[in-house]
Amino acid sequence: MSEVRATQTRGRTRPSGIGESVRRPDAIPKVTGAFAFSSDLRHDRMLWGGTLRSPHPSARISSIDVGPAVAVTGVHAVLTHSDVPGRATFGLEHLDQSVLAGDVVRYAGEPVAIVAADHPDTVRRALDAIQVEYEVTEPLVDPSRAETATPIHPDGNLIRRIHLRHGDPSAADREGLVTVEGTYEVGMQDQAFLGPESGLAVPAADGGVDLFIATQWLHVDRDQVADCLGMDPDLVRLTLAGVGGAFGAREDLSLHVHLCMLALYTGRPVKMVYSRHESFHGHVHRHPARMWYRHHAEPDGTLVRVEARLLLDGGAYASSSGAVIANATCFAAGPYRVPSADVDGVVVRTNNPPCGAMRGFGAVQTCMAHEAQMDRLATALDMDPIDLRLKNALAPGDRLLTGQVLTGTLPVAEVIRTCAEHPSAAVRSDEPMTRPGGAGRTADADHVVRGEALAVGFKNLMFSEGFDDSSAARCELRDGVVTITCACAEVGQGFVTLIGQITSEVLGVDEVVLAPVETTGIGSAGSTSASRQSWMSGGAVQKACEEVRAAVVARVAVTHDVPVDDLVLVEGRVESLSGSVSVDLAEATAEPLSADVVYRHAPTSPLDHDGQGDAHVSFAVSAHRAIVDVDPDLGLVRVVELTTSQDVGRVLNPVQAVGQLEGGAAQGVGLAVMEEVLVDGGRIRNASFTDYLVPTALDMPPVEIAALIEQPEPGAPFGAKGIGEPPCISSTAAVVGALRHATGLELARVPVRPADIALAEAQAGVDR
Amino acid sequence: MRTDPYRLTVNGRPVEVIDGHAGESLLFVLRERLGLPGSKNACEEGECGSCSVLLDGDLVCSCLVLAAAAADRDVATVEGLSDAGGEVGPLAYVQRAFVEAGAVQCGFCTPGLLMAVDALLCEEPDPDDLTVREAISGNLCRCTGYGRILEAVDRAAAMRREACS
Ligand code: FES
Ligand code: FES
Repeated sequence: MSEVRATQTRGRTRPSGIGESVRRPDAIPKVTGAFAFSSDLRHDRMLWGGTLRSPHPSARISSIDVGPAVAVTGVHAVLTHSDVPGRATFGLEHLDQSVLAGDVVRYAGEPVAIVAADHPDTVRRALDAIQVEYEVTEPLVDPSRAETATPIHPDGNLIRRIHLRHGDPSAADREGLVTVEGTYEVGMQDQAFLGPESGLAVPAADGGVDLFIATQWLHVDRDQVADCLGMDPDLVRLTLAGVGGAFGAREDLSLHVHLCMLALYTGRPVKMVYSRHESFHGHVHRHPARMWYRHHAEPDGTLVRVEARLLLDGGAYASSSGAVIANATCFAAGPYRVPSADVDGVVVRTNNPPCGAMRGFGAVQTCMAHEAQMDRLATALDMDPIDLRLKNALAPGDRLLTGQVLTGTLPVAEVIRTCAEHPSAAVRSDEPMTRPGGAGRTADADHVVRGEALAVGFKNLMFSEGFDDSSAARCELRDGVVTITCACAEVGQGFVTLIGQITSEVLGVDEVVLAPVETTGIGSAGSTSASRQSWMSGGAVQKACEEVRAAVVARVAVTHDVPVDDLVLVEGRVESLSGSVSVDLAEATAEPLSADVVYRHAPTSPLDHDGQGDAHVSFAVSAHRAIVDVDPDLGLVRVVELTTSQDVGRVLNPVQAVGQLEGGAAQGVGLAVMEEVLVDGGRIRNASFTDYLVPTALDMPPVEIAALIEQPEPGAPFGAKGIGEPPCISSTAAVVGALRHATGLELARVPVRPADIALAEAQAGVDR
Repeated sequence: MRTDPYRLTVNGRPVEVIDGHAGESLLFVLRERLGLPGSKNACEEGECGSCSVLLDGDLVCSCLVLAAAAADRDVATVEGLSDAGGEVGPLAYVQRAFVEAGAVQCGFCTPGLLMAVDALLCEEPDPDDLTVREAISGNLCRCTGYGRILEAVDRAAAMRREACS
């Protein structure tokens, strides 16, 4: 095989319009095994690549001897720091991370050397043969010490602090208020996408390199790779290879530069695939958080002031930590009216594994805390927790903590009400398998207690704080056939389906060709993250199609001497409403038409010194109600049912929407009761699916969808909001709330471990 | 270390592995030597089910099976599920059901799940919800939360029953 197998999105789709459950165009190749994921790529004369990583979280490198590795038969290249041809560092917000470690390593797993060889076994032998001498230093692993500790990086240990001050600072300095206080913790979560980091780099005849890669944002990768290779960006061509899930973990570079270096050095195609163990070390995680909160309310439940101190552990390198802490801070109090607030949000550098983007992006951590606070406040007020939430629910016209006035839609009360009122289908079953712990560790049926809670969360859609956020798309109409070119990364979410639906809606055609997704020949589509692609790339595709539509209509109006307003596009024809004209679209576009657009959302402003400003474009809110069963003695838990309502603006594709809500909820359940990257002394202790548990079909409850609230968002294409992130924001908070309800325990940390319940119960027994 | 050539039967076709290394898993040989990358490699330690194939009719994780140990045995992979093994051929019921129910997002778990569900429905044509959940509990899916997959299994079971009656 000399050709790289066709990449994912080339192909045709037979869609129909907006609002229908159109099938994914890539579903059939995905069920036959024909779809090429990045780990499936092959090429003639292909070599295998591998990475040597630091075993130490903090050390000085005194020497690296690659000699013994070079001597292994079948090895073609062993490269280190000094072989990086261009800029030695990269990073999404700060260029603070080395392509290959030079004299210092700052986390266990930091890449130190790379190898290309004829077989994966040879790669392993060569990696073992590289001699690195480390001078081990004491790692900084406690984030609360980071700001005062000796800097572990020239950029310092404080990555970003936002001290948000909103409203009257003395609002709570009076008698008669009800005050609740709590400290909460969130463990480190892994995105755990199934398709491991992988790619194929092919050296090109023009001296450049073609990289086939699974990523969330091709163009930003391309720019970073080109800089690190010291190459003209035009010589570095990235093509999206099939992506096996992303969830934020593919925003940063991983093996991209390494692959290109090896391919350019050896002059041969090189493929690299991370093992699961390596994947846990090779991408950023969700930030662990420690959060202190104090809420003040009137006796009737009206919120008066919220104070919070947020500390996120960014790990060794900045990645997108600055934007994550901005979200955590801006949304710290949840979707409630809070007239006065003081939120000190800090993200620091430590020698722990680097943290960055994961679905929900900062709002997940604070949601768990603000919702625990709302339940606590309800108890202190002797008020129904749902009434308390409804009483304070944000609505259009209200101000956020940032002072920004909500001008779009945000149906907070509606999602709460529909979710709370939805009848539960949960029954008590005698089946041992359905008890907490399952059949193997059956809880005693008589001891099982049930709990229920509701949680609400919200976050921003798209990029904030003045970022110039855009997406480019091209629509070409030739001989009646539409081709859409857009560099939006399809990572599983189903944007490839939406392209067809949008095109069909605007141009009235039932077949759309999706051009390959690559950096050549089209501008950036921005990142597949921040719930932004339906709006941004959807908007770009819509606008490009509309321009082409206008051009076709104008052409037919001239040739047939009818007014433009009289013409419509239906089922592959241009027809006049009066019935006098009916032209085949193929005939009308024998001379092709094409439109290129760059779409931008409304501009935003940076946050000022007090964390105030119109920093965000739009928001989405969701609610979850969880029902759980717990055996308090054994600490075993079963999530019995989840019910959700979500603010979606407009449903573009019902089945895909349900898939996002169910899938996001599963990640929320995981964080609530089982998922945690265990880090001990800076080292990950459970870098495998044996020890890092993600929910299986037995762990996941049914997800009942109470309501998809459709209030079209002004300014959004088709009125639709991004829907990917909210499902994993409020789900975790709801599950842990239900566990508190069932057990009466504080449970201030997620994931809730069996010991957190059983030991607390035992202690409570002793105290009694 | 090279192995002696050995033969496998994959999706009914005999194939010979000539340049194998000792210790290569069945998954590696299928993917990298036989040009059948449909079986996936999400963990290579028996925990995710993405590599599931049938070995003499039994569902196994091909990442845990030594390729040489599968010599002279029947291996069935996702590529053999539909008659033509390609985009043009008729899809098997499970494949059709996954497509129609929206059970595919990124699709990385899909081939392994299809094999697991196919094996389940051969044994138990009318499984209840708990039986299905147990049968696929060895297959991780990170995208779907399993809701549409369970729906697909129901549909596949119904299609099969209809076809048999
Ligand atoms: S790859 Fe075989 S079980 Fe995960
Ligand atoms: S569809 Fe992505 S892992 Fe299942």
